[in-house]
Amino acid sequence: MSVLGKIIRTGRVAEPALPVPPVAGAAGAAGVRPAAPGPLAGSVQLRHIDAGSCNGCELEIGSAFGPVYDAERYGLRLVASPRHADALLVTGPVTRNMADPLRAVFDATPNPKRVVAVGDCAMNCGVFAGGHGVEGAVGDIVPVDVEIPGCPPTPEALIAALRGLTGR
Amino acid sequence: MTAAGVVGVLVQLAVVVGGAPLLVGLMRQVRAVLEGRAGAGIGQPWRDLRKLLKKEAIRPEGTSWVFTSGPLVLFASTLVIAAVAPFVSTASPLDGVADLFAMVSLLLLGTVALTLAGLDTGTAFGGMGSSREVTIAALAEPTILLAGFALSARVGSSNLADIVAGTLAAPAQVLSPATLLAAVAFAVVVIAEAGRLPVDNPATHLELTMIHEAMILEYAGRDLAVVELASAMRLTVLLGLSVNLFVPWGVATSSAPLALLGATAVFALKVGLLGAVLATFEVFIAKWRLFRVPELLAGSFLFGLLAVSASFFLA
Ligand code: SF4
Repeated sequence: MSVLGKIIRTGRVAEPALPVPPVAGAAGAAGVRPAAPGPLAGSVQLRHIDAGSCNGCELEIGSAFGPVYDAERYGLRLVASPRHADALLVTGPVTRNMADPLRAVFDATPNPKRVVAVGDCAMNCGVFAGGHGVEGAVGDIVPVDVEIPGCPPTPEALIAALRGLTGR
Repeated sequence: MTAAGVVGVLVQLAVVVGGAPLLVGLMRQVRAVLEGRAGAGIGQPWRDLRKLLKKEAIRPEGTSWVFTSGPLVLFASTLVIAAVAPFVSTASPLDGVADLFAMVSLLLLGTVALTLAGLDTGTAFGGMGSSREVTIAALAEPTILLAGFALSARVGSSNLADIVAGTLAAPAQVLSPATLLAAVAFAVVVIAEAGRLPVDNPATHLELTMIHEAMILEYAGRDLAVVELASAMRLTVLLGLSVNLFVPWGVATSSAPLALLGATAVFALKVGLLGAVLATFEVFIAKWRLFRVPELLAGSFLFGLLAVSASFFLA
């Protein structure tokens, strides 16, 4: 029963919830379409797509959904299939091999849907700009609704932007 | 069929349909708290369903009516169980349908509909999930029958309401060897059928380890909402059957409004408690390797067999 002891000793590790952020572009991104909660209010299922990232963004997404930041309390959830998703969480510059799969995933996601570009790479190819295997930024392949700047963006920035989608 | 009886059925339907997502939410919340999280709150599954119902349902190219009808058959078969089984009241006008064998067949009907739908998508994961689900169902269903058979032997009827009423009339039977053995067998099978740990992980994102999730990967929007609601109802029905078959106190034996009200509260409390215990238990174990699951189910079958023998020889 060492697990039980650990549960009791550790208690709650989740940070206190921050106040609800003002709607849309909470991360301060410029030129972003407002992401009013609308039909997705209260519950947003996310499908993460790594279009060619260095995995730095993935680590931050992982920690945003870990117990400390606990993104699930705002009605966010990572799912296993684009058919179950409401929003696509795309990281990295889009490499040539991932351009078509990204379009396919976008088509497989039921409407209404949102696309979230996570990290500098997804917004403008970041440090990989001009690379021989890079097809372009996420916005060149599929329409982007929310952009989260940072290399990598902090879990706080991720959660603030995603809460703009759920409105919680 | 009296008006009061109809009210009883409607109450039962409302409790199961309305309460099933809350039960799932409660179980997720218990798990979240034990993990040190804040959790999304027990209303989250309802918020998910509300949103899914507003989304478009994409049907993949090349799928047939089998794919479209899967969620409906699953939902309808579970709804019938929710209406007739003795959850809130044993005085249901549909009592004659509440037969043990009918219940098991209805459960299996929903499972088969979903596995065929999983095969119909033609994807690798759909077929894999279906094959695993059928393997588990084939091993689990006989045990449900045996466990129920052990309980029905002593009342001489396979009618669920009779079994519940029989236990209410002779409470000491709950501690008889047959009942205890049947309870162990039933508990294992409920875990397997409901797709909980250690047989299946309801929260997994890894396609290779999925069972139930793998079959429903292609459903979207409204279709997915129906599947999720039906799965939550199945869990509620299975937990409801286990509490009422083994701890039946609180079930209304008449259709008087006050009795129904009290029975509803007791039923919600019992199922919620069992759900919380199950969620707590799940924190302490990991998912088992698929090839160990048949061992677990064979063990529960053995318990079922012993329960049946005990109900004949030790009664
Ligand atoms: S934004 Fe930074 S961390 Fe994210 S994929 Fe690009 S280089 Fe890696």
